[in-house]
Amino acid sequence: MIHVVVANVNYYEAWWIQIVKALVIFLVAFAILPMLTVYERKLLGRFQGRYGPNRVGPFGLLQPMAEIVKFALKEPFRPTTSVGYLFRIAPAIAILTAVGALALVPFGDVQKIFGTPVGLYGIDVSIGPLYVFALAGISFYGIMLGGWASGSKYSFLGAMRGAAQLISYEVSQGLSLVGVIMTAQTLSLTGIVHAQEGMWYIVPQFVGFLVFMTASFAETNRAPFDLVEADAELVGGYFTEYGGTPFVAYLFAEYMNMFVVSGIAVTMFLGGWLLPFGIDPPGWVDPIVVLVKMMLFVTFFIWIRATLPRLRYDQLMSFGWKVLLPLATLNIVVTAIFVAT
Amino acid sequence: MTPYDPSADVIEVIRSPGVGPVASAYRTFGETLRGLKTTFARIIEGPSTIQYPEEKTPVYPRFRGRHKLHRFEDTGLEKCVGCSLCAAACPADCIRVVAAENTPENRVSAGERYAAVYEINMSRCIFCGYCEVACPFDAITMGHDYELSDYTRSDLIFTKEMLLSEAIERTPLRQEGE
Repeated sequence: MIHVVVANVNYYEAWWIQIVKALVIFLVAFAILPMLTVYERKLLGRFQGRYGPNRVGPFGLLQPMAEIVKFALKEPFRPTTSVGYLFRIAPAIAILTAVGALALVPFGDVQKIFGTPVGLYGIDVSIGPLYVFALAGISFYGIMLGGWASGSKYSFLGAMRGAAQLISYEVSQGLSLVGVIMTAQTLSLTGIVHAQEGMWYIVPQFVGFLVFMTASFAETNRAPFDLVEADAELVGGYFTEYGGTPFVAYLFAEYMNMFVVSGIAVTMFLGGWLLPFGIDPPGWVDPIVVLVKMMLFVTFFIWIRATLPRLRYDQLMSFGWKVLLPLATLNIVVTAIFVAT
Repeated sequence: MTPYDPSADVIEVIRSPGVGPVASAYRTFGETLRGLKTTFARIIEGPSTIQYPEEKTPVYPRFRGRHKLHRFEDTGLEKCVGCSLCAAACPADCIRVVAAENTPENRVSAGERYAAVYEINMSRCIFCGYCEVACPFDAITMGHDYELSDYTRSDLIFTKEMLLSEAIERTPLRQEGE
């Protein structure tokens, strides 16, 4: 049977449910993001034997509010050498693609809410991971254009590094998921979660998990792969010339990417909303389970940032192409042998 | 002159033999895990920050902070007799003493004279403690207060009344074994 649609949507819902779902996911994510920034700073502080922000509001929880107000009140400024419209569009691309990828993360199965079946995810398409990688591919335009349009050499160097890094590691990241897809025999993310009911894929696909996590650090430009920003040598990398709200957009895009990648990792390897040992809570617990698992990943991201120093550029490239890529390919071959037999 | 030969400048680099797959895997994962353990131990240890305005670092008994002028406890007379030895000893030249004669009607100090003006310019003082050493009557000693900032320079000139009175906020003293 030939489908005329590009992406086959597995489950159809009324248009108003789609809008409400989109709003709820968007609002929840954007309520979590500022908390993530303060959580990261507090946790980094603890890792370094200090407190982190604890002055604004109770336990410093209002710190992001203070910062957003500060950023919003800043004078819009751009260098005379910059390309105006690209300079403005680039942060928007970065944040749009990050939010777009969030639509794929399944927070739960189809639940009956007031008698109406609602899938607790943005959309469940039959090309799941490909959609995520497509958006990740576009998201590097945000970095690339931002750096290039700034008309500054630091931004340009950061953007160039970002482009090379994202292209190198996207290959390994994509290939590391192929093993999961082959085992699950589906590209739908909810389908992959259902396929993990017996055993989470972190056990049979442990190598794939390691490769995916390592590549994700590079994809989200997080330490130890934050050469794109590399504040010690490049001032700030691609967002050197950005200030005020465009800078916040880049910052939020970075945290959103971290959040989405955690969501994908939870879905692919940690069984999404499933709990081990046969615990089967009611449906409304599912999003909480997913969010808790995602927070574990985010904590791990921060832990790694507090621990590992930044890689040198040639180390980054040789690691990506000489270690991660063969490892991911080997993982596919071994999985293929197991799946075929 | 012979033409430049680039191969003459080549330096033979001796590299250590490469490690095997097991050792390199250990370097990648073992050392990373060790690093993760190190940072996690910091969380368990807890922060070592002292939250300054709320918590103050306790000082040692011989800490040299803000000066104090003293009175005799029984008679209430000032110990300072206005001899200006502290001003002479001061390397930063921040002490100004103007002495006046005690009279039977107006008896301020135990000696013949007393300090009519006794000012220490805290913005110049280097807290060396020479004034304390120079004083023959133990009239001036170094206290424990170190919170001496102010908004204007003239506010940092401490007068005799300020030096004679107790500090408003006491600095915690380090206890035995702390």
